[in-house]
Amino acid sequence: MDFINGLVVLLNFVLIPATAYGAQLALGALGVTLIYGILRFSNFAHGDTMAFGTMITVLVTWWFQSMGISFGPLPTALLALPLGIAATAALVLMTDRGVYQFYRAQKAKPVILVIVSMGVMFVMNGVVRIIIGVDDQRFSDGERFIFSVREFKAATGLREGMALKTTQGITVITALIVVIALFWFLNKTRTGKSMRAYADNEDLALLSGINPERVVAVIWIIVAALATIAGVLYGLDKSFKPFTYFQLLLPIFASAIVGGLGNPLGAIAGGFVVAYSEVMITYAWKKVLKYWMPESLEPSTLMQLLSTEYKFAVSFMILIVVLLFRPTGLFKGKAY
Amino acid sequence: MDQTRNILYFVAIAALIIITGMVQSWNSALLILNMGLISAVMALGVNLQWGFAGLFNVGVMGFVALGGLAAVLVSTDPVSEAWSAGGLRILFALAVGAGIIGATTIAYRRITATRPRVIAMVSILGLGFFLYRALLDPAVQAVESINPALQGNLGGLGLPIILAWPIGGLFAAGAAWIIGKAALGLRSDYLAIATLGISEIIIAILKNEDWLARGVKNVIGLDRPVPKEIDLQESAQFIERASGLGIDPVTASALFVKLNYALLFSVVLIILLVMVQLSLKSPWGRMMRAIRDNETAAAAMGKNVTNRHLQIFILGSAICGIAGAMMTTLDGQLTPGSYQPLRFTFLIWVMVIVGGSGNNFGAVLGGFLIWFLWVQVEPMSQYLVTLLTAGMAEDNALRLHMMESVAYMRLLTMGLVLLLVLRFSPRGLIPEK
Amino acid sequence: MAEPFLIGDAMTGGYGAGPDILHSCTIAVDPGQIAVIVGPNGAGKSTGMKAVFGMLNLREGSVRLDGEDITHLTPQERVVKGMGFVPQTQNIFTSMSVEENLEMGAFIRRDDIRETMEQVYDLFPILRDKRHQAAGELSGGQRQQVAVGRALMTKPKVLMLDEPTAGVSPIVMDELFDRIIEVARTGIPILMVEQNARQALEIADRGYVLVQGRNAYTGSGQELLADPEVLKSFLGG
Repeated sequence: MDFINGLVVLLNFVLIPATAYGAQLALGALGVTLIYGILRFSNFAHGDTMAFGTMITVLVTWWFQSMGISFGPLPTALLALPLGIAATAALVLMTDRGVYQFYRAQKAKPVILVIVSMGVMFVMNGVVRIIIGVDDQRFSDGERFIFSVREFKAATGLREGMALKTTQGITVITALIVVIALFWFLNKTRTGKSMRAYADNEDLALLSGINPERVVAVIWIIVAALATIAGVLYGLDKSFKPFTYFQLLLPIFASAIVGGLGNPLGAIAGGFVVAYSEVMITYAWKKVLKYWMPESLEPSTLMQLLSTEYKFAVSFMILIVVLLFRPTGLFKGKAY
Repeated sequence: MDQTRNILYFVAIAALIIITGMVQSWNSALLILNMGLISAVMALGVNLQWGFAGLFNVGVMGFVALGGLAAVLVSTDPVSEAWSAGGLRILFALAVGAGIIGATTIAYRRITATRPRVIAMVSILGLGFFLYRALLDPAVQAVESINPALQGNLGGLGLPIILAWPIGGLFAAGAAWIIGKAALGLRSDYLAIATLGISEIIIAILKNEDWLARGVKNVIGLDRPVPKEIDLQESAQFIERASGLGIDPVTASALFVKLNYALLFSVVLIILLVMVQLSLKSPWGRMMRAIRDNETAAAAMGKNVTNRHLQIFILGSAICGIAGAMMTTLDGQLTPGSYQPLRFTFLIWVMVIVGGSGNNFGAVLGGFLIWFLWVQVEPMSQYLVTLLTAGMAEDNALRLHMMESVAYMRLLTMGLVLLLVLRFSPRGLIPEK
Repeated sequence: MAEPFLIGDAMTGGYGAGPDILHSCTIAVDPGQIAVIVGPNGAGKSTGMKAVFGMLNLREGSVRLDGEDITHLTPQERVVKGMGFVPQTQNIFTSMSVEENLEMGAFIRRDDIRETMEQVYDLFPILRDKRHQAAGELSGGQRQQVAVGRALMTKPKVLMLDEPTAGVSPIVMDELFDRIIEVARTGIPILMVEQNARQALEIADRGYVLVQGRNAYTGSGQELLADPEVLKSFLGG
């Protein structure tokens, strides 16, 4: 019984939140890694692209709510999501036309593009704050829980409870659908294959008649969708605050690099590695261990390796370890 | 020709600041000047790394914050109760922590077989971590419980704060050495992410380790290298001189203090500028640029590229640390919560790119110009919004919203400035020769 | 003499604004033929072929395909016109499967490509066995087969190979040459640059010996192999 109680605590406080967070990071990292694979630069504006997409979705959600439109037990934001994606896609396509294309035509060095993306980051940062401000915005509605702690306790009779938030369920399911759709697109469709071909060998792709501008446009649309979905899921699960999204840049890049920059599968693995480590290292294990350890060995301290404020340090340390021992990432990225 | 143009740029900046003084107030003009001087020093540091070695450091904020920490640790008085409660124990725990990392490194170097190596490293780190925490935690608790409302930290050395400037540079240099050892020699994007990460960690440490510098409880009322306004206002001699100039003593004291700071900062900026200029004209500097322009060729000629990069990375970061210490001195307080990467990392980058990467005078110019914009965009857009919404009712929602958001216009403006310069004048205002 | 199917006629030019590398150099090939460009290192062999494919600026001369002047078309446009080109290096998509490589080769086609793919597999049976394997995992010779197969997928009117046997063992080289002859037998004219001059001239219907960007000797493969001057200067006696 004690073992099961401990397991429930573990699920409730570690595994479930980490899985949801991992899914969000994975989607974010996919966006970074795809841009890297096709356009060959690290996009510093990605966090703010996520913030922009989420902001549009939040605004549309409020509009829907004011009109009385709802999605039953599911958050209204899911209905608003397509509009958020469309607006973000329009924004990044415009940015590409107005900004990045010029440097692509010049065959500028990747690091120049990174600096350019810093400029884009500033602009997007400003736009988001001008439109919606810097404050925390909650926009989640509908049923809060798939099952709550009380329901769980009543159903199982266990001492410890476990809850599954709707947003967590939605996060994992949405992420799964998105990832499957993305891989289907990249591996099975003509356009998707042409994008992989372009990422693999640009010159040969040109020789094969693949239109680079089309590849770039499609990748921006995909990235806009991924960024918006990741941002909205994160916002539903926690809350929407522009600065938090900027800060997500670090764990997202850590995920992408850990998985191997340019490798979509790696980005997903990296997202989960980073999320699980972050949650596990900053969790106070006492609650779990008091069930699993004999009474005489019951821990006297909280058994928390690092305080939650250091969660960025965790992504960072994983990053450093990978960079030192396996610079191409867990899955082979394009680290040449 | 170019020379005249460059001088004109600086004259224009001076004019902007003087206009600020005449239109707004001399106090704000001097504030801009002082922060402009500090920004110029930071830009000098980043330019050293980027302009002369092509190193992509986006952890400027961390190095600046370390300088700030130095200001606290040098100038505040030691808290003797705290030291007797656990100060030495904390130092011992930190030493043990360093020893554990050292032992892990030795294990990594000495053991060659993969599996024993991993086992050894993981067990040293794992056990070491618990040992470290067991030593550190009680000591920290003891220290932080001493007079937490005012202190709760170990305090500093009680030395003149001006000493913190070079020491802040040393702190930053130390951090740069560690990060450089790990991430230099990798691709530039990786260095960028690694530096971004370490700067966040440094801020996290400053925010959470209360025993160090009181964390988010802030350290205020730091010592000063210049007279205090209050003292001046009480000095009969000063009042007499002020009234001689026709300024009221309160304003006069504020201006006088700021002028003193400006003088000190200018001295630092000039010393650093001269040193950097000289070193870059030396064979060492020429080699740096050779490495930047063609790393492969330089490596083939037997230059140890990674080592050279480490040197310049440490130097540039140290300059940022000095600037950080200067800034905290000027503020008179250390508030870890106020360190934001946009303001302390990316803004410095805008300064370097706009000023002209690879040119020290460009970096200095960029420092002044961008800082001026950063400060003045807000009132300017406020003015603009007032003008635009003049026809609207006082409580018009759009008008209120626009008024609220003028503060963020500066972000947008900085982005646009950066993008426009990159597009139309990618070498910056004062290009590299 | 009738106009050849593909001809780079009296081409003079170099890369970008750089100095001229080719000086009034002529290269041509007819259906069913294999034309080989040989010459000492730095003679402009690959450059000559790239000029035909539109990868450098011609100051003089022209390129004509099937009677049509294509001098001013980009390489991509020439692919559409029916020129297949296999670069010397990085000529496959290493992370993609063999079959996907072939599919990408046929990217400009909108019709059914299965028949062409079958033909490629018939020509290079080993590729059929490995069609789901990543091309980057194959051996050097197999990779070259993928590269040639990829170029064949557009059903080109002419195939150009830049040193197809660079870096492969002599046995694999012989096999590759056999395959190339087979391709030529299907009626596709082949223009290739080769470093292994002797072996290449043996299978060549037409040989071009370039020296410093100029046509030094031209003739059938056999003629050139029989020419004592050619033998002495380039083929080591």
